[in-house]
Amino acid sequence: MKLFASLLLCLCLPAAWAAGTSTPELDIGKGGQCVEDVQWMRKNHMNLLRHQRDETVHKGVRDTRRSLKGCIECHASTRDHSVTARADSFCVGCHSYQAVKVDCFECHSDKRKSAWLEKNAK
Amino acid sequence: MSDIDLRRRNFFKTSLGAAAVAIAPGILLFDLAHGKPQSVGGKVRWGMLIDTTQCREGCNDCVTACNKENGLSGGTSATDSQWIRKVEIKEISTGRKVSLPMMCQHCDKPPCVDVCPTGASFKRVDGIVLVDRHLCIGCRYCMMACPYKARSFVHEPVTGQNPDVPRGKGTVESCTLCVHRVDNGQQPACAESCPNKAILFGDLNDPESEISKKIRSVASVQVRADLGLNTGVRYQGL
Repeated sequence: MKLFASLLLCLCLPAAWAAGTSTPELDIGKGGQCVEDVQWMRKNHMNLLRHQRDETVHKGVRDTRRSLKGCIECHASTRDHSVTARADSFCVGCHSYQAVKVDCFECHSDKRKSAWLEKNAK
Repeated sequence: MSDIDLRRRNFFKTSLGAAAVAIAPGILLFDLAHGKPQSVGGKVRWGMLIDTTQCREGCNDCVTACNKENGLSGGTSATDSQWIRKVEIKEISTGRKVSLPMMCQHCDKPPCVDVCPTGASFKRVDGIVLVDRHLCIGCRYCMMACPYKARSFVHEPVTGQNPDVPRGKGTVESCTLCVHRVDNGQQPACAESCPNKAILFGDLNDPESEISKKIRSVASVQVRADLGLNTGVRYQGL
């Protein structure tokens, strides 16, 4: 019985320890929920983006609700208008925590359209 | 009818009017902000008619507007992206000079689409020829196939893109007919910027459109019509 208790303790300790570790603190910009709840989005956002990208490029469906541009519009930082500029930026914060490379921004702008317009007004 | 009844009726009329005025712009703006949810239709074929008699020699406004809209550097070296070029041609026997803008001709039967090994080069149902950069592997077959030399390869990393025009290293690109503007009911940047209105943009399939009426009434040609590509861009006075 004693052995079983200690075994249980050994097994539980790392789990409890892991649960206590800090998840990344993100700068979520304006935030708010417009598509699905947070946990669902963490798991599935890439599928929505991939589907929407084909719809937009090939069929010209420019609905912003599930587009990368739409995400950036709300979730870019209110300070620098970017989702990648700092370590706690909306996309980069989580992706570096999970060690998943994010390729989107090699082609796509990481800035809000309004911020880009302001910068390129001249 | 009593006075009170009339006043009441007028009150309802004005409040209904006021409500309509208050709500209508909201609905319109909401639609604008969220973009079009439906896909483009195959009834339309976008095209351009370029009046070379109105195109001024030395004027570069369409090129500048294109570069600004799509975030191109404006350089003209072999490794710079050029989506639209100004070309000056001269008929040697007569000495007649013509100036014209040259870009992707948005062919009906595009050779770039035929040769693409990944399906990245494609023609949208409304006739706009595009590169899906998600699929492009940068092999540059399409650049070889294009008789108009319209496509460019991106050699260097790109930063500060227009959020509507993603561009990146290792992919091929060309004139998109400003597809992001066209989808929102605007004109391509070059057509809008031309000081002489030499570029007429419109729907070639709609017999009532300005461009259709004009190509019915004036002589226009396709560049390299002998290839049978049925280009969407036509030239007048060439």
